[in-house]
Amino acid sequence: MTSDYNFAFLDENTKRMLRRALLKAVAIPGYQVPFGSREMPLPYGWGTGGIQLTAALLGPDDVLKVIDQGADDTTNAVNIRRFFARVTGVATTERTSEASVIQTRHRIPETPLREDQILVFQVPEPEPLRTLEPREAETRTLHALADYGLMHVKLYEDIAQYGHIATSYDYPVLVDGRFLTSPSPIPKFDNPKLDRSPALMLFGAGREKRLYAIPPYTHVESLAFDDHPFEIQRWEQQCQLCGSGDSYLDEVVTDDRGSRLFVCSDTDYCGQRRAEPAA
Amino acid sequence: MYVAVKGGEQAISRSLELLAEARRGDPSIPELSLDQIREQLRLGVARVMQEGSLYDEELAALAMRQAAGDMLEAIFLLRAYRTTLPRFGYTRPLDTNAMRVRRRVSGTFKDIPGGQVLGPTYDYTQRLLEFGNVASEPSTQSDAPLPDAMPRVLDLLDAEALIERADAGSDPEPIDLTRDPMMFPADRATRLQNLARGDEGFLLGMAYSTQRGYAESHPFAGEIRMGEVDVVICPEELGFAIEIGSITLTECQMINQFHGGNGLAPQFTRGYGLSMGEGERKAMSMALVDRTLRCDELGEPSVAPAQNQEFVLSHSDSVEASGFVQHLKLPHYVDFQAELSLLRTLSKQHARQHAAEDMRAPETKP
Amino acid sequence: MSALLQVRGLSHHYGQRVGCQDVSFDLHPGELLCIVGESGSGKSTLLKTVAAQLTASSGSVRYHQRDDSWLDLNELDEAGRRRLAREEWGFVTQNPRDGLRLNVSAGANVAERLMAKGMRNYGQLRAIAKGWLERVEIDPARVDDAPTSFSGGMQQRLQIARTLVTQPRLVFMDEPTAGLDVSVQARILDLLRRLVNELGLAAVMVTHDLAVARLLAARTMVMQGGRVVETGLTDQILDDPQHPYTQLLVSSVLTT
Repeated sequence: MTSDYNFAFLDENTKRMLRRALLKAVAIPGYQVPFGSREMPLPYGWGTGGIQLTAALLGPDDVLKVIDQGADDTTNAVNIRRFFARVTGVATTERTSEASVIQTRHRIPETPLREDQILVFQVPEPEPLRTLEPREAETRTLHALADYGLMHVKLYEDIAQYGHIATSYDYPVLVDGRFLTSPSPIPKFDNPKLDRSPALMLFGAGREKRLYAIPPYTHVESLAFDDHPFEIQRWEQQCQLCGSGDSYLDEVVTDDRGSRLFVCSDTDYCGQRRAEPAA
Repeated sequence: MYVAVKGGEQAISRSLELLAEARRGDPSIPELSLDQIREQLRLGVARVMQEGSLYDEELAALAMRQAAGDMLEAIFLLRAYRTTLPRFGYTRPLDTNAMRVRRRVSGTFKDIPGGQVLGPTYDYTQRLLEFGNVASEPSTQSDAPLPDAMPRVLDLLDAEALIERADAGSDPEPIDLTRDPMMFPADRATRLQNLARGDEGFLLGMAYSTQRGYAESHPFAGEIRMGEVDVVICPEELGFAIEIGSITLTECQMINQFHGGNGLAPQFTRGYGLSMGEGERKAMSMALVDRTLRCDELGEPSVAPAQNQEFVLSHSDSVEASGFVQHLKLPHYVDFQAELSLLRTLSKQHARQHAAEDMRAPETKP
Repeated sequence: MSALLQVRGLSHHYGQRVGCQDVSFDLHPGELLCIVGESGSGKSTLLKTVAAQLTASSGSVRYHQRDDSWLDLNELDEAGRRRLAREEWGFVTQNPRDGLRLNVSAGANVAERLMAKGMRNYGQLRAIAKGWLERVEIDPARVDDAPTSFSGGMQQRLQIARTLVTQPRLVFMDEPTAGLDVSVQARILDLLRRLVNELGLAAVMVTHDLAVARLLAARTMVMQGGRVVETGLTDQILDDPQHPYTQLLVSSVLTT
């Protein structure tokens, strides 16, 4: 642990500011709370929102897991884990079940989470309406009035053009029947895990200076039409390492002749399954 | 046997070694000292301080060396360091009226009280590369030393009531943009803070666009001044003001023609720019963009990009922009996988449709 | 029968300049009122102030709600104003591009207000959209086409469908046929007259064209310099104008 910096890099006043904002976020599920995002020693867009939230949450006894794309060993995950090891000295783990705080980019672990765990998402664009309406002043008004017809225009258009809703990740959800919310760029495969999750889910967007929360056991609905219900991705293949038939699969190109290998995106889940083969 | 893409940890540490080696270059050549950077690359140091929002020449020089001259990286380093600094308080507003001027020019009058003072400027160099060593002859001392404070050119117009009043008292207390998030619509004090931290190249381009018809602004450089200004704080526990030093600043006041509107009489209006160190290009760009962003207040139609405050203020910051553009380097393979499956579905659908249409085609021909 | 809209002493000023001044009128259910005048006479300002798109400098607008209560628009907050605009009213702009979403299909344009009201069945939305395209004389086969591929007249008819799909009680129209060819204008006016009758709409329409007023409106208001100079039955005003300005307007139409 480097002593030139305060525990978890941020000073205590900044952490207090973040915790207050987080409490507000938990009190209003799905509402984007503006906060005084700080400049972190990692670039904007690389997880500064998640890092600030994690910094505000961590205590000396916490056990931290960091994943990117579901994997613990991708360079960005390694880098963030190294950062926290350096500025907090907390224990880190690759095991989902051992972690008290999990910071993630683009995935929700396959292993079900528990009430004593917090999942922190890195969010590049917290505003689900942004691509449809670029003006922040206007999108805030739409949220205030729960005026979400625009989002359904987009879904309608998808069906009209492609025959089905063509949003495969960052699939918009309605939290607690009130706020239209971005689940961050997780594949829609992970959306059902948001609904009534026992674990607290926190979302941080550093560059956009917004944070929001999905409290435990909150109803989270993926938008759809009555006659075009929400569906998740399915594979014909099973994981070629652990044989899992119900996890999100990465497609790995194994040679230049187009050979493909399908393996679990969640490296810990896959590893655990291989270590303890089904008896 | 498939081997997972492991070893991020080791790859990073090897990359850091390579970076250190590349940054240092040929070890037989002496390393740049921070003094050398501060003294001989002072305009670079000024930009890093300005956009890094931290007036510290030593740290700015360190950041420039560590960033191997990449200014945006140096600015980023300084900003990240700044986050960890405790906040003891806020200074009193800087009094640029009392600036000890080293340069001061105006495009609006031939001569002005206090005179046009060129000072150290690249303006009238002939941009010929000087192949020899830089001459280090001492500069000629002026016979008449410059006065301690100079009147402002815009005050001359103010006396005639031709320019809008800038009442110091009417401004609300500004928010601190490094502590509070930007909210829209942003007031002028907030906009100016954002522009002050904004990327010089971005602001230059925005300012330039206003001169080329994307927003009418008809600007004149009312006054540009550069020199030293005292920094004063008033600690609560003391209860009286103390001077903690002085900093170099460049200030630009633009004058813009305004034909009246929104209930306001025809008059000259103001655009304001301020930059740490010698940052004239930045201060001028900022002043042009500041004036252009006042379109709503002045009842001007808002049509050009430089008039759209959400557009300008949301995209001015190089640390935000650089981070987000470059985050595309990070792995996105989970989402890419999702898009890949989607595209395969769409392309199968497309092929089926075409096949069906081809089958039907002969029958539907007239 | 009680009025649907009650406008009293309504003014809107742009700084020192008068937009419209001291305008009063009642609009009844099923009635189409035309506001005529030259450009700059304040008729569009009046329309936007009545429709609560501009804030009144003085005066009042009251709207008679379905539950028989009166709503004072001055006291309406942003949420209420948007709800009214979305669910009870419609606004047809002069340039259809201002009233349409150009980046989504014709069908999505028509269905948007229904989705905003909570309709969540794609098949049903699409069927209604097609039905409305037919009603405004656009080939339903073009339901998935972008409005940008439509002619100006088709775009305006699409805007009308998009506005009327939720069966609003009151529609505001700002020069809906200006900028279109004469033959195209005639078709749209015909369509409007038919739809207004079929749906029993109340409407306020701004036009500089007296012939439009003659064709559509039972009652007409003439504006000059921000004020109403004459108001009455359209035929009466056109055949026997009382105010010198109206006389000028009528005679200038006759001589051209």
